[in-house]
Amino acid sequence: MNKPVFAFGKKVIEFLTRVGGGVRMILLAFLFLPSLWRNRKEVYRQMMLCGVRSFGVTSVVALFTGMILALQAGLILKTYGQEMRVGFLVAQTMFREMGPFMTALILAASVGSGMAALLGTMKVSQELAALEVMSINPVRFLVAPRLLAMMVMCPVLTMYTDLIGILGGGLVAYTQLGVGWTMYFDNVRFMLYERELWVGVFKAWVFAIIIVAISCHQGMVAKDGAVGVGLATKKSVVACFLVILIVGYIITRMFY
Amino acid sequence: MIEFRDVHKTLGGRKVLDALSFHVKEGETFIIVGPSGTGKSVTLSHIIGLLQPDSGSVIVDGLHVESMRRRDLEALRSRTGMLFQGGALMNWMNIYDNVALPLRERYSYTEEQIREKVMAMLDFLELKDSMYKMPGEISGGMVKRAGLARAVVCEPKIMLYDEPTSGLDPVMSRKIDGLIDMLKNKYSMTSVVVTHDLVSALNIGDTVAMLYEGAMIECGTPSDFIKSENPLVREFISAQFHTRKAGVL
Repeated sequence: MNKPVFAFGKKVIEFLTRVGGGVRMILLAFLFLPSLWRNRKEVYRQMMLCGVRSFGVTSVVALFTGMILALQAGLILKTYGQEMRVGFLVAQTMFREMGPFMTALILAASVGSGMAALLGTMKVSQELAALEVMSINPVRFLVAPRLLAMMVMCPVLTMYTDLIGILGGGLVAYTQLGVGWTMYFDNVRFMLYERELWVGVFKAWVFAIIIVAISCHQGMVAKDGAVGVGLATKKSVVACFLVILIVGYIITRMFY
Repeated sequence: MIEFRDVHKTLGGRKVLDALSFHVKEGETFIIVGPSGTGKSVTLSHIIGLLQPDSGSVIVDGLHVESMRRRDLEALRSRTGMLFQGGALMNWMNIYDNVALPLRERYSYTEEQIREKVMAMLDFLELKDSMYKMPGEISGGMVKRAGLARAVVCEPKIMLYDEPTSGLDPVMSRKIDGLIDMLKNKYSMTSVVVTHDLVSALNIGDTVAMLYEGAMIECGTPSDFIKSENPLVREFISAQFHTRKAGVL
C-alpha cells in the first residue's frame, strides 16, 4: 500500500531537485554575465549559432504560419464580408502569440537540443570534470555565453518572425481573399499598438531563459554514456515545449 | 603531502572505497593498480574534491579536502593537474586552444605570454605540428599528450593520471611513461597514477599499491610489490605477464 506512495513521493522529490538545480544554475549564469567581456568571442559564436543560423528555418515557418492564419481567418471573415480585417487579426496573433511561440519552439528543437547534447557529451566524456579541475566554472564558461546569446537573439528572431508572418498573411490576403496590400497594411498598422510588440519581445526573452535553463541543465546532469545523452536531449525538448506553452499562457494572462 | 585516512565511499548503493588509508610523500610517484571497478578513479576524484568521502578524511598539503571552502578548493585545483582517461579535450577547440585554456581562464597573461608557454609545452610533447588540428583529427596517443600538455602547462605541484596508457599500443605507452617521468623530474611534481598497466607501474612508480574492492591490499616499492605473497596480487601480476603459449614472460 505504501510502496506506490513512496515511489510517487520519490519522483516528486527528484523532480523538485531537478527544477531547483536548473533554477540555481540559471541564477548563477546571470551572476556571471558581467564577466563575459573576456569571453566575447564565445558569445559572438553562440549568437551566430542560435540566431543567424536559425534564420532559414524561421523564415519558412513564419511565412507559412502567417499564410495559414490569413487563410483560415480570412475565409471565416469573408462569410461576414469582413475579409479586409484579416491584417488586424494576423498582426495581433503574430505579435502576441505565434511569433514568440513559434520562434521559441524552433530554437528549443534546434539550438536547445544541441546545447543538451553538447553538454551531455561533455559530461559523460569528463570534459565538465576537466573544467572543474582547471578551476573553470562550467556555468560561467558554458552556460553564461549561451544565455546572453539567446537573450539577445531570441527577441530579434521573434521580431523577424512577426514581420515575415505578416508578410505571408498579406500574400494570402492579396492573392486569395482579394484584399489589397494597402488595405491589409493599414489594418496591421491601425490595430497594432506598441504594447503588442513589447509583450511579444518580453515573451521571447523569457522563453530564451527557459530554453537555456532546461537544455543546459539536462545536459549537465546527463549520465550513462550515449544513451544518457540521447535521453537528456529528448527530455530537454519535451520539457522546453511544455514550459514554453504554460509560461506563454501565464504571460498572456498577465497582460490581457 | 596526500593522505587518505579511513575513507569510505558508497556510490549507487555499492561500497566503492572501504576504509582506504595511504600516504603519498612529496615528490613521489605513487601508483595505484587493481582490477576494474575497485575504486581507483574514485580515489583520484577524492584528491581533487570532485567527490566527497562518506566518512574519513582526505588531506592534501595539510588541508582537509572534504571540508574545504570553495576558494580553498580552487586554490588546491590551481596547483593540481589531471590527465583524464579519454583526454577530456574540448572538442570544439583545436589543440593549441585546448592547451591555452587554463592559462586564458585562470590567469591574466597576455596572448603573447600564453603563446610562449603553450608553444614551449607543445614543443616538449612533440605536438607542434598538430597544434591547429581538432581533437577528433588526431590519434589516441596525441590526445593523451595534448591532455597532458593542458594539465601541465600551469606547472602544477601535484599531478593526477587516470589510466594514462589505456587504449595505447605498447610503444606509445612506454613513451607516455617516459613523459610522466620527465615531467616529474622537470617540475618536481608529486604524482598519483591510476593504471591497469603493470609494466607502466613498475617503470615509473616509486611506490606501487593495489586496490581490491575499495581497500588497499598491498603497498610497497616496485621490487617489493613484484615479490608480494598476497594471492590477489600474485593473480594480478600473473594475469599481466602470463601468456597461454609462452608461459610467464
